[in-house]
Amino acid sequence: MQAHTEEHHIVPKRVYALVFVTLIILTWVTAWVSTVDLGRMNIYVALSIAVFKATLVVLFFMHVKYGSRLTKLIVCSGILWLMLLLFITMSDIWTRGWIGVPGR
Amino acid sequence: MASHTSAIEGHGQHEGSHDPNLKHHFENAEQQKETATLGMWAFLLTELMFFGGLFLAYFVYRHWYPVAFIDASNKTDVLVGAINTTVLICSSLTMALGVHYASKGNRKLLVMFLVLTLLLGGIFLGVKGYEYHDKWVHHEIPGEHFECHGCRDAGHASLFFSLYFGMTGLHASHMIIGFGVLLVLIWQAWKGKFTAKWYTPIEIFGLYWHFVDIVWIFLFPLLYLIDRVGKPLL
Amino acid sequence: MITATAPVIEEKNYLNAEHGLKSWLLTQDHKRIALLYLMAVSVFFIVGGFFAVLIRLELATPAGDLLDSNTYNKVFTMHGVVMIFFFLIPSIPAILGNFLLPLMIGAKDLAFPRINLLSWYVYMLAGILGTTVLLTGGVDTGWTFYTPLSSTYSNGYVVLTAMAAFVAGFSSILTGLNFIVTVHRMRAPGLTWFRLPLFVWAHYATSVVMILGTPVIAVTLFLLMLERGLHIGFFDPAYGGDPVLFQHLFWFYSHPAVYIMILPSMGVISEVVSTFCTKKPFGYTFIAFSSVAIAVFGFLVWGHHLFVSSQSAYAGMVFSILTYIVAIPSAIKVFNWSATMYKGQVRLETPMLYALGFIGLFTIGGLTGLFLAAMGLNVHVTDTYFVVAHFHYVMVGGGVMGYLAGLHHWWPKMFGRMYSRTWSMVAAGLVFIGFNLTFFPQFLLGYMGMPRRYHVYPPEFQVLNVLSSAGASILALGFLIPGIYLTWSLKYGAKAPANPWGGVTLEWQTSSPPPTSNFDVTPVITNEVYDYTNQEVPHIG
Repeated sequence: MQAHTEEHHIVPKRVYALVFVTLIILTWVTAWVSTVDLGRMNIYVALSIAVFKATLVVLFFMHVKYGSRLTKLIVCSGILWLMLLLFITMSDIWTRGWIGVPGR
Repeated sequence: MASHTSAIEGHGQHEGSHDPNLKHHFENAEQQKETATLGMWAFLLTELMFFGGLFLAYFVYRHWYPVAFIDASNKTDVLVGAINTTVLICSSLTMALGVHYASKGNRKLLVMFLVLTLLLGGIFLGVKGYEYHDKWVHHEIPGEHFECHGCRDAGHASLFFSLYFGMTGLHASHMIIGFGVLLVLIWQAWKGKFTAKWYTPIEIFGLYWHFVDIVWIFLFPLLYLIDRVGKPLL
Repeated sequence: MITATAPVIEEKNYLNAEHGLKSWLLTQDHKRIALLYLMAVSVFFIVGGFFAVLIRLELATPAGDLLDSNTYNKVFTMHGVVMIFFFLIPSIPAILGNFLLPLMIGAKDLAFPRINLLSWYVYMLAGILGTTVLLTGGVDTGWTFYTPLSSTYSNGYVVLTAMAAFVAGFSSILTGLNFIVTVHRMRAPGLTWFRLPLFVWAHYATSVVMILGTPVIAVTLFLLMLERGLHIGFFDPAYGGDPVLFQHLFWFYSHPAVYIMILPSMGVISEVVSTFCTKKPFGYTFIAFSSVAIAVFGFLVWGHHLFVSSQSAYAGMVFSILTYIVAIPSAIKVFNWSATMYKGQVRLETPMLYALGFIGLFTIGGLTGLFLAAMGLNVHVTDTYFVVAHFHYVMVGGGVMGYLAGLHHWWPKMFGRMYSRTWSMVAAGLVFIGFNLTFFPQFLLGYMGMPRRYHVYPPEFQVLNVLSSAGASILALGFLIPGIYLTWSLKYGAKAPANPWGGVTLEWQTSSPPPTSNFDVTPVITNEVYDYTNQEVPHIG
């Protein structure tokens, strides 16, 4: 309870408007891009747009940009742990074909 | 630590005297508010990992059965999905504005934006229900009667639909819970329970609502937008 | 030291502040909720112990003469499910942590008292579901619920058991969430992070594991229930699903869950060793950070449960190396406790006896874990009694010894009564001897090739199995005696002073038992943690 004085930042309405318009545009951009043949890149483009949209929501709608360091730490650790779950497990899936599995 | 410990007189003795919303074990309103916000963030961490397990299953099976996932994903309606994404983003905006007006102490606009959020959430669930009904009609619900017309790998397409219903169903159940909480909040806001000094429930519910929105931001491309190359968008 | 702030008064405390069943069932006082947990968890310990007795009785002879194979499957499954989900995971955090965390940080309560009470009710709901399974016929999948056995072939109540574990998980999440927020937001003025007792650090690390790991097992069990109940494919190879994915998701939680069981014990041991050596723990910051390191590294090693489950050999190698790394923070703790005792005035009171037992047994459990982390040796001893002995050395030798150390250490604080010194020391000795006699022969059995989860075995394994069963009866006696003298002390024990052991953390500064609001005035901390300069060593007789 010491020194947690977090400033109460009121986000201006035009920031909300800007974020909102960007989110809507990106939604339709990502839908459109899926019909364009980018080969293997399609999934990466779609996920990049989703990550960007999610970042906007976290930073502005959820006020993390104006939040305390602790809030930022929590958000980062959440993303890190999700990545641990996804990537460490996928590293098993990706490498299973490399050499024969004993007993198979 | 022990021997030098002193005490501030009257430090914990103003409990509950002026602010009716202050619980007895907090020193002041600021501490209480930050505690509640931190609690919600910690809860959202839990929620993130909860959905994380499903996302992992999705990535594993998409890696193994790309053809089945393309064909099954093409059974979804992109237009409906995109419209629903738009609806949900609109509800996120109205929620953010609701928090904004709560912090200004504007009761009328707070209630209005909460009601708008509720309506948009309702539209989203309605559209989702329409989509589920469509899947039901086309026997695309995994189980004994599952069919996937024109799918090259119908066996594994059922995995896609298992995940489709698992993920969107879990998402929708979060929306429904949010819906219920929102009803209570609207009623409380209408009664004038929230002030510019104390609107913590509105603020932390906003965090929850935006989180649910973020989950959908990922579900939309992963479930609807796999390899639509050469197909019209509309 | 406790003279001015906390005179020994019995008049008003949290136990006699209110009376009646309702005052307990609707309480929001963290101390009362801790006692509610104590009662519930003790019941489940007895239930789990009963199944252990059945297992050891059956294994006393090579033939399957007491239980048939199907019943035996159910018995060891229920032993595992009850002990892990209903005893080990809530034991220290939900009882001792709940009671002590606010006291140690000088707070009036946890951050969310109502959520704390809710977590107990959620736990009880899970307990009712689990008990229903017990009474209606049990489940035979092992506590690991591996697919496709659990999803397709098992003839037990898998969905109900999974539901019980799922619900119990939410209770654990609520406790973890409450602890994290409490440590961040409710500390007394002047109590900086590096003035926190090591018990608090350990519980903070545990809570991180609880809130980040538990939801993953929740969603996994949710998918398992869908698969079994609705015949939707997620993990079943018949639908193209991957049973190994289930194991990944299961162990992503269940390996860190081992640290949920052991980290709080380590916190207890740090307090007990410091108090009974009247010395600041050697390497305070190292012990504190090693708790966090264990919590973090604990999440990176789950694949060592999948060495023989057709996981990629490359992933296996990485998991093997990472597993060795977890040994470092664990070893830091053991060395630091030993260094704290070195040249300290070690007082051999009951909690300290358990703590010494913990250090020895945990070391054996941890080092055999390193054997198992080596992929080659692991293939040889996978699913043998070597593994069973290893995790019992960690969970019982570590977890339960730590729990008993803590219970004996803070019993006077919790109830304001002293227990019998002689009997408690006898029991501590019996637990130590009985434990080793039960589980050490199992290392030998496992290395000789006796597989786990079978109710019949070749006659040449009988001598060691009889030794193990004999040890188990001594161990059971060792667990029974504390039940008697602790209960006896509630009514007939001598009144405990506020600080019977000469501890210096904040909880010893308030009366025993503490008042409902914990401290009459909010403490303000001005000096460093574990400062024994003005602390007299009390005479206990």
